[in-house]
Amino acid sequence: MSPSISLTLNGAKRDVALDDPRVTLLDLLRERLALPGTKKGCDRGQCGACTVLVNGRRVNSCLTLAATLDGAEITTIEGLAAGDDLHPVQAAFIENDAFQCGYCTPGQIMSAVGLIAEDRAGEDLERIREGMSGNICRCAAYHGITLAVRQATRGSAGIKKDDAA
Amino acid sequence: MPDTLDPHIRFGSNSGQPATRRDGVAKVTGTATFAADNTPEGLLYAVFAPAAIARGRVTSLDTAAAEAHPGVTHVLTPQNRPPLQGDPSDKPTMFSFRFEALQDDTVRYAEQPIALVVGETLEAATEGARLLSPHYETEKPRVGIDDAEPYGFEADAFGKPANTVHGDPDAGHGSAATSLDVTYETAPQYHNAMETHAVVATWDGDHLTLDMPSQALSMSCAGFAHYFGIPAENVTVRSPYLGGGFGSKAIPTGPYVLAILAARMTGRPVKMMLTRQQMFGPVGHRGQTRQRLRLGADADGKLTVIDHEGISATSTFDTFIEPAANASQGIYAAGALRSTHRAVALDVGTPGPMRAPGEASGSAALECAMDEMAEALGMDPLDFRLKNYAETEPGTGKPYSSKALRECYAQGAERFGWAKRPLQPGQMRDEHGHLVGWGMGTAFFPCPMFMADARAALRADGTALFETSAADMGQGAWTSLAQIAADSLGLPLDKVEFRAGHSGLPDGGVAGGSGHTATAGNALHTAGGDVVRQLGEIAAADPASSLHGAGNASFVARDGRLYIDGDDSRSDAFADILSRLGNAEIAGSGSASRDPDMAKQYAMNAHGAVFAEVRIDPDLCQMRVTRLVGAFAAGRIINPRLAESQLFGGMIWGISFALHEEARHDPRRGHIVNSDLAGYHVPVNADVHGLEVISVHEDDPHVNALGIKGVGEIGITGTVGAIGNAIWHASGKRIRRFPIRVEDLIRE
Amino acid sequence: MKRFEFIQPTSLDEALAAWEPGAAWLGGGTNLVDLMKTGAMQPVKVIDITRLPGLAEIETLAEGGVRIGALVRNSDLANDADIASRFPMVSEALLAGASGQLRNAATVGGNLMQRTRCAYFQDPQAACNRRDPGAGCDAREAGAGQAVLGWSEICIATNPSDFCVPLAALDAIVEVRGPDGAREIPMAEFHLLPGDTPERETALSPGELIVALRLPPEAEGFAANARYLKVRDRTSYAFAMTSAAAALRIENGRIAEARLALGAVAATPWRVTEAEALLAGQTPDAALFARAAEAALAGATPSGDNAWKIDLARRTAIRALEMAAAGTPAQMPALPASPFGSTAGDLAHA
Repeated sequence: MSPSISLTLNGAKRDVALDDPRVTLLDLLRERLALPGTKKGCDRGQCGACTVLVNGRRVNSCLTLAATLDGAEITTIEGLAAGDDLHPVQAAFIENDAFQCGYCTPGQIMSAVGLIAEDRAGEDLERIREGMSGNICRCAAYHGITLAVRQATRGSAGIKKDDAA
Repeated sequence: MPDTLDPHIRFGSNSGQPATRRDGVAKVTGTATFAADNTPEGLLYAVFAPAAIARGRVTSLDTAAAEAHPGVTHVLTPQNRPPLQGDPSDKPTMFSFRFEALQDDTVRYAEQPIALVVGETLEAATEGARLLSPHYETEKPRVGIDDAEPYGFEADAFGKPANTVHGDPDAGHGSAATSLDVTYETAPQYHNAMETHAVVATWDGDHLTLDMPSQALSMSCAGFAHYFGIPAENVTVRSPYLGGGFGSKAIPTGPYVLAILAARMTGRPVKMMLTRQQMFGPVGHRGQTRQRLRLGADADGKLTVIDHEGISATSTFDTFIEPAANASQGIYAAGALRSTHRAVALDVGTPGPMRAPGEASGSAALECAMDEMAEALGMDPLDFRLKNYAETEPGTGKPYSSKALRECYAQGAERFGWAKRPLQPGQMRDEHGHLVGWGMGTAFFPCPMFMADARAALRADGTALFETSAADMGQGAWTSLAQIAADSLGLPLDKVEFRAGHSGLPDGGVAGGSGHTATAGNALHTAGGDVVRQLGEIAAADPASSLHGAGNASFVARDGRLYIDGDDSRSDAFADILSRLGNAEIAGSGSASRDPDMAKQYAMNAHGAVFAEVRIDPDLCQMRVTRLVGAFAAGRIINPRLAESQLFGGMIWGISFALHEEARHDPRRGHIVNSDLAGYHVPVNADVHGLEVISVHEDDPHVNALGIKGVGEIGITGTVGAIGNAIWHASGKRIRRFPIRVEDLIRE
Repeated sequence: MKRFEFIQPTSLDEALAAWEPGAAWLGGGTNLVDLMKTGAMQPVKVIDITRLPGLAEIETLAEGGVRIGALVRNSDLANDADIASRFPMVSEALLAGASGQLRNAATVGGNLMQRTRCAYFQDPQAACNRRDPGAGCDAREAGAGQAVLGWSEICIATNPSDFCVPLAALDAIVEVRGPDGAREIPMAEFHLLPGDTPERETALSPGELIVALRLPPEAEGFAANARYLKVRDRTSYAFAMTSAAAALRIENGRIAEARLALGAVAATPWRVTEAEALLAGQTPDAALFARAAEAALAGATPSGDNAWKIDLARRTAIRALEMAAAGTPAQMPALPASPFGSTAGDLAHA
């Protein structure tokens, strides 16, 4: 009834005591593990702001009960850059102004990383748009998002955090 | 003042550059801290129970069940809610509306807070709120625009637009060779920023700290201070980033007040984040409208009258009227203009400003009516608009501070290929057999300024610090305001530290009305100018300076040096001036607001032209906007990269308005049936194609010292009408209700 | 969310033994967890079945056809090259549903068990006979029409699944395990119309669990001419307004056999055998498809303000048949089957 789960969270092993099976992965990250980069936009799988990678696949963390995740490998936005080297998707988002308020951005970026790993869209803009349609952006930075995902798909070298700013 | 200052002389090299966002790394790495990302020690979670009905009374709440739930610490209801020091009906600031904070058991709209549950965990508080299982005495709700009688009102406060008449509208109708009388409707819309409203409230004695998204930090302090009976300076609002605002995050609301109250009551920090569903009620929306447009034109196609009557929904307990009819006041040179507004009081939360309030709804109807009139006259819609081009402001006859609308029409039409448009509808098909239609609309937005203060400090190491409590809700204040600041001291951007998003800084004003960059920007510019002036005085008085004795000259700052204006041979480095002063720091301050003389003399607006292509499946009636070209003239563009994003965003809001957004009420309970993002549709990525923005050059020496007009809202205007008109042009069907839906085309 | 007991069995027998009234099976959670949040579902016990062994495989069967484990994720099934080539409309339907993230989590079994998206069902403050038998139907009272076929005064909800529509057309078989052992349920009998008992949504008995889904050998005969078409009011990430799965086996220019099922029009995926009979043996053309679609919607009636939906469903069926007749696209899965799925080309002035 009080499962303890063991996670690999952004590359580090972590044992998490769960006193409540109702806790979602999203709320676990935000409220209990001090990783608030993952955002809550709807809490019902209707916006994609909470997207993280679980075992390398993009999923909505708001609909994932933490208790189910024993042994899982989880990557959040905080774990994407390698030190000061931004992930190519992160760098491409800055270059293409693929966000405005930045709230949906962690989810967009994790979704883009997942999409590129799925290798289904390639550089086809129409398929990128479809592949990114599970992430709503109310500022409507879609134009930049689409271009950023294409750029990152083409592959670009890591960019230093300082360079990108 | 602005007339005497040539902005180009003092304007450096940062403005006009497409710098990437200074907060970009923080936002792509998840380290940008939004309100609900704060989790202070000892935090409690608050969740409010929302009313499930729109009108009636709460007859029972099972507080015992909620209190018994493990982890629940407090349950607040109207019976035990601690008192507020300011009444929720008070209006402590200009932008205040009455809110519901458990004053009584009356339900005035669905999603109204009817109780608050506080718990040790989010899960506990959430379930506690559900366990309250409210019962109601229900009255028949009034939620449709026909459910109550329209009434007139005095234009005596924010949210109550005046009726305006210029010329003789009746004569205009009488003399018209062609008359049009059409009624358009727009649906209720909800802001739905991706970040729902959130607050972390922390009390320390009678000092209150609020982590919350705010479009108006100083004003928020004044508002909350009033309700909690403390001085405004005791309230700190920290709002480094807003997860979208769109007008909904400027005003104290009931949920915030309850969370703050809970924090005071418990003596612990309290976090509240609204659920998505709770965004459909207590935090504002764009009220539904019904707009009758009567246009008259003479045989030559000149408008004799634009007569625009708007009915807008408001709540039963406060008034915010979507000023839709005002959209007809400033655009076309009609012989007479009349804009009237009436209200309908419904059992809904009070509407509020939502991105282009009035302009969006009004422009949608006006631009479609203009298209209908062009059709009636057998004229090309663009030619018809040019025929009625306003060289001076219609009605007042004032000259424009600047107006490159003609260039917008020309450049937009050229890029779009408008000249190839057949006059008649239903003439174009693509190779898949889809109907293709082209439509256009004029974009228009005023460029107000609010009031803002700023501080600048030049440091001995050659860097500068600029401060103002500006708010970045995505428009890019962190970047574009820093660019302005850097230019004011002639420094490269990376030498400038910019602090904003904190109410302890000089008042940055309101991030709204598309006026934030102009207002806060000019305040920063003035603060930098104050430093330059002082540097000049010091240098001129300093025998060691090459500027010694130049006391009556004016100075220019460039590349870290101070020059005599117009004389590049004499200059002195900032660092040298400061080092001779013993490495002191020079502080300056500035403020900005609209110059009243300029406002008296000139009409000030941003303009644009939007051209839309829509394709429609003739059988399935699915519609898709396949091209959208917007040409906009909005004065000086500080950062073209960010301005383009803003304009794209506005245009996509136009797609959303035209084809998607609509809150649908249940007629019996009155609640909104589609109060989530699966039901309340906004465009997804796959809905957005072929967007193009053309930035039309415009120098405006009158609007403010920097010549900035603002681009935050204009993108919606023009776009909605252009899409509606393109749908008509594709299908021959004129749908006079937004959003236009598949079933509308099937039924026709 | 109401508190619940959480268990994570590691064998099927353990899982079946753990079941009790009020328990719920948890697969991907994309529907169950959501409904637990709204309060529409309040299980006392959540049995996480994702650790059960052997339920996540896709196997080609010796006798033809394919067996798909209940825990295969929607995206894995949709992107399986073999499935896409043999049962293209299954892939197409899956990819038309939800989003990439949701498809990565959602399971095959969960998709079959997906509850209606009726807003009144999801909202515990509303009267809903499906959620709370005898409570009434606020959806019907509100005039918010949903189903146009097979609905009753008691319930007008529709089934939201895209996936189930081609499954119905292809005579899929649902393999079930329960306290009384294993059994198979044909797709046509799996989902139930509301009648007087809308709370009974499927033919599953209490405690039974879907373990697999089979597509029979005959289903492969349609691979060359099979499409799933979904009409929705935004391009992606939206439930269907109407949809249709159309599959034709064309021999010598004639339709040897046709399959047609409609989605989002009834509480079940709506197979239309009358239309199939009408199509069989005929030469495919527009008039024939119009007659078939007419027959498919012959019994339709609005359940509220949605007479237009009957018209739209008819048009959807016609278009799906036309698309199927034109042939399965070379690149499968195609983009989601929106009429705008392919890039629009140059204008042709008529």
